[in-house]
Amino acid sequence: MVRAAGGLTVRAPVTDLPLVLDRVSLNAGATRILDRVSLTITAGAPTLIVGPNGAGKTSLLRLCMGLLSPSAGAVTWGGRDDRAPVRRAIVFQRPVMLRRSAAQNIAYALAQAGVPRHARAARVCELLDRVGLAALSGRPARRLSGGEQQRLALARALARDPEILLLDEPTASLDPAASRAVEEIVLRAAQGGIKIVMASHDLGQVRRLAGDVVFMLRGTVREQGRAADFLDHPSTSEANSFLRGDLVI
Amino acid sequence: MSDELSAWQLIIGLDPALLAIVRLSLAVSLSALALAALIGLPLGAMLALLRFPGRPVFVVLLNALMGLPPVVVGLAVYLLLSRSGPLGAFGLLFTPTAMVIAQTIIIIPIIAAPTRQTVEDLWHEYRDELIAMDVGPIGRMMTLLWDARVSLFTAVLAGFGRAAAEVGAVMIVGGNIEGFTRTMTTAVVLETSKGNLPLAMGLGIILVAMVIAINAVVWTTRAWSARQAG
Repeated sequence: MVRAAGGLTVRAPVTDLPLVLDRVSLNAGATRILDRVSLTITAGAPTLIVGPNGAGKTSLLRLCMGLLSPSAGAVTWGGRDDRAPVRRAIVFQRPVMLRRSAAQNIAYALAQAGVPRHARAARVCELLDRVGLAALSGRPARRLSGGEQQRLALARALARDPEILLLDEPTASLDPAASRAVEEIVLRAAQGGIKIVMASHDLGQVRRLAGDVVFMLRGTVREQGRAADFLDHPSTSEANSFLRGDLVI
Repeated sequence: MSDELSAWQLIIGLDPALLAIVRLSLAVSLSALALAALIGLPLGAMLALLRFPGRPVFVVLLNALMGLPPVVVGLAVYLLLSRSGPLGAFGLLFTPTAMVIAQTIIIIPIIAAPTRQTVEDLWHEYRDELIAMDVGPIGRMMTLLWDARVSLFTAVLAGFGRAAAEVGAVMIVGGNIEGFTRTMTTAVVLETSKGNLPLAMGLGIILVAMVIAINAVVWTTRAWSARQAG
């Protein structure tokens, strides 16, 4: 509870941020996928997780979503580790569409997020509109193009009214026009106060979207900081060669 | 049903005794199908989603039970329902209810085993999205069953086919009593043993035609459903 000016008592919104990873490791058999990753994600401009394939970006996001449990270390939300956060959502690199219409895919997500039945229809329209799919609401979701499916997945994630939205290379298999549509939705979500954490290996995209950058390589965080600093003055040689376009493995 | 009349005369003349047989056959098989689907679909989905010790044994057992001989089920149900059996007090032996019970038992595995496979395959595809949307165990089951509905039609149809074609169990627990528990399959057996082959043949033709008609209806529904699901 917070005592506001004028003697009114308002309830402070419960927040799940910051998201803190404290020396988190992840093993799959004998392979170490993440190695003592420490990271603090706070509200604000989008954080982009950058690095070559196999750096551990996807695993990091899945860990943040609770789809994986750390082998060592701890993940805490808003200083708590006892309760899983509700207002988080993820868009996978290849999202799976339910075998239903576009509108029903969103309605399903709304139902799971606890939106009452009578409020869903209006929210579905609003979300379809937000991702530019209003004209395709009745189309079976699996018949949509790759870009349309990715936007529908975004709408489905936004249906959860997330405080933090995790995105795993959502534009990796899209053409420039479809990528731009996705980036615009992501930017608007960020402007609306949703914390974006997005994996990418597209430096142009990083330049367009990022507030902060986390540079990963072989399961470790090599560098983190403001995007402008990282892009112009990387402090590690690996980041330098990655930015130059050399093959960093 | 008079032996002198040919099968076609019975069909064209809408013989009331014949109609009663057709009606009972349909009522028994469709009731058994509805019950078996109600039990078999959730059972298959549960076996697909739950992980517990000894699960592989259950899966193998369920798959094996698809080949359960109807006469064995008939015998078991007979023993349960007979006057001196544990459920004898209900007086169900030689009633249509007994036939429904026996057929339900026969077709539960025929529906549940393919359901288990279909739901398990779909779960691998949906897993991440459903967990990310905080869908609970019951919700997962309902979602997967609904989204797999197009494939599950085939499992349910197979169950109907078995029920409609089955003769051993209904014969044992129904008793083939004229006007009460005589179905098309038991009538075919009886007429054949009496040497009334044209009538037996006629009944067989009606039975096959009925199964084709029901399959056509289900196929149309399935095709429509597939278009909706995409």
